[in-house]
Amino acid sequence: MSGVLDKIVLYWQFPFVRYALVVGVLIALCSSLLGVTLVLKRFSFIGDGLSHVAFGAMAAASVMGLSDDMPVVLAVTVLCAVFLLRTGQNATIRGDAAVAMVSVGSLALGYLMMNVFSTSSNLSGDVCTTLFGSTSILTLTPGDVWLCVVLSVAVAAVFIFFYHKIFAVTFDEDFARATGAKADVYNLIIAVVVAVVIVLAMNLVGSLLISALVIFPALSAMRVFRSFLSVTICSVCLSVACALLGLTTAILAGTPVGSTIVAADMAAFGVFFVLGKVKGGTKG
Amino acid sequence: MAQFVCRDLSLGYGGGVFISGLNLEVSAGDYLCVIGENGSGKSTLLKTMLGLVPAVRGTVAMGDGIRPREVGYLPQQTAAQRDFPASVREVVLSGCQGRCGLRPFYNGSEKRLAADAMRKMGVGSLAGKCYRELSGGQQQRVLFARALCAAQKALFLDEPVSGLDQQSAAEMYRVLEELNREGLTVVMVSHDVEPALRYASHVLRIGKSVFYGTKQQYAESGEALK
Repeated sequence: MSGVLDKIVLYWQFPFVRYALVVGVLIALCSSLLGVTLVLKRFSFIGDGLSHVAFGAMAAASVMGLSDDMPVVLAVTVLCAVFLLRTGQNATIRGDAAVAMVSVGSLALGYLMMNVFSTSSNLSGDVCTTLFGSTSILTLTPGDVWLCVVLSVAVAAVFIFFYHKIFAVTFDEDFARATGAKADVYNLIIAVVVAVVIVLAMNLVGSLLISALVIFPALSAMRVFRSFLSVTICSVCLSVACALLGLTTAILAGTPVGSTIVAADMAAFGVFFVLGKVKGGTKG
Repeated sequence: MAQFVCRDLSLGYGGGVFISGLNLEVSAGDYLCVIGENGSGKSTLLKTMLGLVPAVRGTVAMGDGIRPREVGYLPQQTAAQRDFPASVREVVLSGCQGRCGLRPFYNGSEKRLAADAMRKMGVGSLAGKCYRELSGGQQQRVLFARALCAAQKALFLDEPVSGLDQQSAAEMYRVLEELNREGLTVVMVSHDVEPALRYASHVLRIGKSVFYGTKQQYAESGEALK
């Protein structure tokens, strides 16, 4: 036991471990905040779709030789998020189908571009890193960390400021619209925030596993809790705890960071599922 | 000018038009009851007047100083709401959203208003309960309480007594009558014709033959017997 503790103390002295923990916790917090809304709006897969868009944008940026691809990726992802959440309401191709099209399309195009134009000698390694995020969280610079802190604070602030409005629009969009709420504006805000969170989270778990980070804490919390506020708070706490546990395990055991965090989230879902059954059972 | 003015309104769905050339004025304090067979477009008319559905042709204008945020709405329940983790208090409070404007949180008077509305509809004791675990009738009363919070000048109701037992339905009609007497405009879609007509001041009948006028005209025209 003390061996593990010593190891943690030892690792804590490396700045990249501290950066990884800070960024990991922040991303877990942000992604779980919106998870509840997305799951309830039947947009569970938008995380997956947008992360593939971000992957495509990253591929395009690296092919064009941009060293700092963050602004491009962010812009493209925000645009796609707005497009997807808009088509959810009135379109010939509705929500899930539109998400699937955009998602698969940009994944394929991204890989195609990397394959045709890439100058790297280790192509499958690059792709794997982008998709699964393998170790990029362990190679963060102080600049990355600050960007992440600023964006996370902004996301949390927007969420708290618009909390009741997000609830109203999520619970019953027609009612909100009929009673004079600017539902389109709030949907737009949700879309932009989702896009920002996903671009942030790509550094941590990679694009394939982002959906897990968005939906697992929300679904777990919904097993046990019964009000919007308690579900939101619980999913944030759960997500942060799982991120800490997953990160520590990954660093100590040398497992891939993203997969370990998601495994922790899945385990937590199992626990909450049983808890929910027990709680529901005693109530009758 | 009346609060809601429909001019030459045509409503339809998926290419078909089921109401055309409808002219309608709802003034402050009116109690309009919209009746007609299933599928005649009653709910669509309501949604068009609220700006949720675009009209095929014609216009709906709001006047007399009423703003969208002063309108309450009791929609028919959708499947999405039925498994939403939200407490009754949270649902009813969301009816005060229009009063908030840009302010991020509810103030004391809005919380009192929500508590009053819950008490009026007999769901005060359920405030901490989860909305999706209530019975259909209880859910309907919660949504009614939410609509009351939003209705400062006008209240639109789509089949308000569906899923309610007779006693709750009578209570709901009584609350509506009281609010209407205090000056609230009421527009109600109902296939429960008899009790609805008892309280209404105006009647709109849509379907094969369209009738619009006061309740008295409706009774004299013999339309009620059709």
